[in-house]
Amino acid sequence: MRLLKLTAIGVAAGAFSGLFGVGGGTVIVPLLILWFAYGEREATGTSLAAIMIIGAFGAFGQALHENVDYLDGVLIGIPAIGGIVAGTALQQRLPERSISLLFAALLVVVAIRMMLG
Amino acid sequence: MSVILVIILGFCGGVVGGLLGVGGGIIFVPALVILLGDSQLEAESTSLLAIVPVAIAGVIRQRRYGNVRMRDGIMIGLLSIPGVAIGVLVSNAVPQRAVEVGFAGLLLVVAAQLVIRAMRAPREGEPEPADA
Repeated sequence: MRLLKLTAIGVAAGAFSGLFGVGGGTVIVPLLILWFAYGEREATGTSLAAIMIIGAFGAFGQALHENVDYLDGVLIGIPAIGGIVAGTALQQRLPERSISLLFAALLVVVAIRMMLG
Repeated sequence: MSVILVIILGFCGGVVGGLLGVGGGIIFVPALVILLGDSQLEAESTSLLAIVPVAIAGVIRQRRYGNVRMRDGIMIGLLSIPGVAIGVLVSNAVPQRAVEVGFAGLLLVVAAQLVIRAMRAPREGEPEPADA
């Protein structure tokens, strides 16, 4: 059952990533919380571990099709490394419940953007 | 000017990633399209590349805080590979618009469940229920 659920999360995250070019954390984090009773911080940390793999495979596949702009990737990715170090540090000081509520807000924003097309 | 904005948005994407456990692609893709004039496909591909070092840095930090269940994370990552193939197949078989609206609806349902669960959670200061 556990393996089945992990498979469902992996496939859903992969499909989301393949369709919309993101890492899949939008799918992974809430499902770990709702299906596996993960704490919020644990869900986000574990999600990042999955995203490294999903991102690496996705970027590799797209690089073969020469769709990757490496300079732009560096330009946005390097400052983001500083950002995630700051973000994780900040997260440790937030109550877990507020992480869930922030995440729900993120999902609503993403949903609205997708509906607008 | 737009280069400075991209750097700022990159940093913001990282902060969102750290707070919420996402890669930051939600911010990277529109930033690349709007500010650097990448096509949607180019932006999505470039975003995936940028996500990798960001996620690695995030995992290193979160491991130190004891928030990573590495086995589950790696399992999900590996199991997502067939998911990507399915996603690509579906996106070619079904109108993109239908996929977007369907996924958007799904996200709203998930958001509602998160809010309901958070509201039921114990108040600050009380012990959290043990994780399964």
